[in-house]
Amino acid sequence: MTTIDLSEVTSADLEAVSQISREADVDPDDCYQCGKCTAGCPMAHEMDLVPRQIIRSLQLGLYRRVLTAKSPWVCAQCQVCSVRCPQEVRIAELMLAVRHAAKREGLRPVRETDIFDDIFVSNIRSQGRNNEVFLAAFYNLQSGHLVQDVANVPAMVARGMIGPRINHVKDKAAVRRIVDKVLKKGSSGSSDSLDTPSSPSSSVAPSSPSSPGQRDGDAQ
Amino acid sequence: MIETAAISAPRTPLRYSYFPGCSADSTGISYTLSTAYVARKIELELVEIPDWCCCGISAAAVTDPELGIALSARSMALSERANPGLDVVAPCTGCFKSLKTAVSFARKSTSNHARVEELIEMPYAASAEAYSLLEVLSQPEVATVVKERICGSLQGLKVACYYGCAIVRPPAISQFDDPENPQSMDTLMQLAGAEPLSWAYKTECCGASHQISAPRSARVLIERILANAAANGAQAIVTACPLCTLNLDLREKEINRARQNRGEKPFNIPIYYFTELLGLVMGGSAKELGVNRHFWPVSAIDIGVANSSLDAEVVA
Repeated sequence: MTTIDLSEVTSADLEAVSQISREADVDPDDCYQCGKCTAGCPMAHEMDLVPRQIIRSLQLGLYRRVLTAKSPWVCAQCQVCSVRCPQEVRIAELMLAVRHAAKREGLRPVRETDIFDDIFVSNIRSQGRNNEVFLAAFYNLQSGHLVQDVANVPAMVARGMIGPRINHVKDKAAVRRIVDKVLKKGSSGSSDSLDTPSSPSSSVAPSSPSSPGQRDGDAQ
Repeated sequence: MIETAAISAPRTPLRYSYFPGCSADSTGISYTLSTAYVARKIELELVEIPDWCCCGISAAAVTDPELGIALSARSMALSERANPGLDVVAPCTGCFKSLKTAVSFARKSTSNHARVEELIEMPYAASAEAYSLLEVLSQPEVATVVKERICGSLQGLKVACYYGCAIVRPPAISQFDDPENPQSMDTLMQLAGAEPLSWAYKTECCGASHQISAPRSARVLIERILANAAANGAQAIVTACPLCTLNLDLREKEINRARQNRGEKPFNIPIYYFTELLGLVMGGSAKELGVNRHFWPVSAIDIGVANSSLDAEVVA
């Protein structure tokens, strides 16, 4: 049997995990580890910790383990896990909250998806709309994948899909103010006083601290 | 159209406020052209929201859920101001999900509502609904008009209707069709004379933007969708989202190359927007509908209507 050493888990780790659960408005302790989330996850083949293991790690207070995991950054947010969970654990929200926690600590275990999302948002901030040419060009430059998809450019130009025009809103300042106001809050996620879009408004009780020692692990 | 009439007249089902989305005049051009064609045929009036902005899609939601909500709410508020009394339709399912998430967030509580108005610096009543184009065309009274305008037939073309994630998930937001086995597109394809297949990948994820940011990990998602459609005998995959379509259509050639290198059988499955196939059986030409702009070659389909054949040369 694979076991996990919990002797390094601190009360600070447990508090940090509770913070993730509060931000997501999801209680990982609702999960009884059936694995349905992982069975349906289209990206599970690329994850270092599959969705079920992410939740198990959160239950056990293994904060560092989830924070350095690639899985939340590989997650495509397709919501299959959340929809199929028999316990209504919204796993996709937990993945997102883990990602935010990692980013707050300056970690990004998969840099490409982070670069892509940042460029996408700055694209909106500057033009109000997304320009696929800018998006791809800036992505290639920043990620270092310089020639990715360049071979497709002539075919896309021939189809009138891309060209020299810049797609933008008239009131760019209004969109920029929205982006800046949301991002200036300083923390990711909805503030505590607000109800999340797809969940009951009840707040989640912090996870109960795990007793130190060894527990049954998460052998696959 | 007289402004005051729009305010006082009862809501007519065939007039919608239109959210084109950022891909409308770029990678989703065929969707836009075929949507416009079908709308014209069924007299569905699409009134574009003035100065709409990007819905934020997953990048904004991943950065901060409030960002996607605020960006989408801005366009919904502009719609309420310019097109009062009209519900909003978005052809792109990603846009649809973002808009509907914003509507449902703002309606949830007064504090949410106040927060949205504070962020967008505009009054927003959250009274207009957000629909996907597929949902609008699937409404019984609209589908009846669609049926009336169809003059050709897809002659039993075996189609795998591919819905993707955003149009059905999460169901608490989308409130549309069955999240595991949706039927609305299948029903429309039946009206067009096609034979919709039962298959397992209707709502599997295409990888979305991971096809750019994590291509090595995500290509297999497209390959599985093509493989399951092929295994079930599909002659075509039908879609309702410009990103799903781009991912499938643009990458099929590359996936085939990799399959051939592994000694596996390549696919030959053209990808169509559901609006392209509807437009075709309503008498539209491949060029009018944008079918000639596909990456993977389309196959010749005799639909029994003059000057409306899919035997189109794709752009070189």
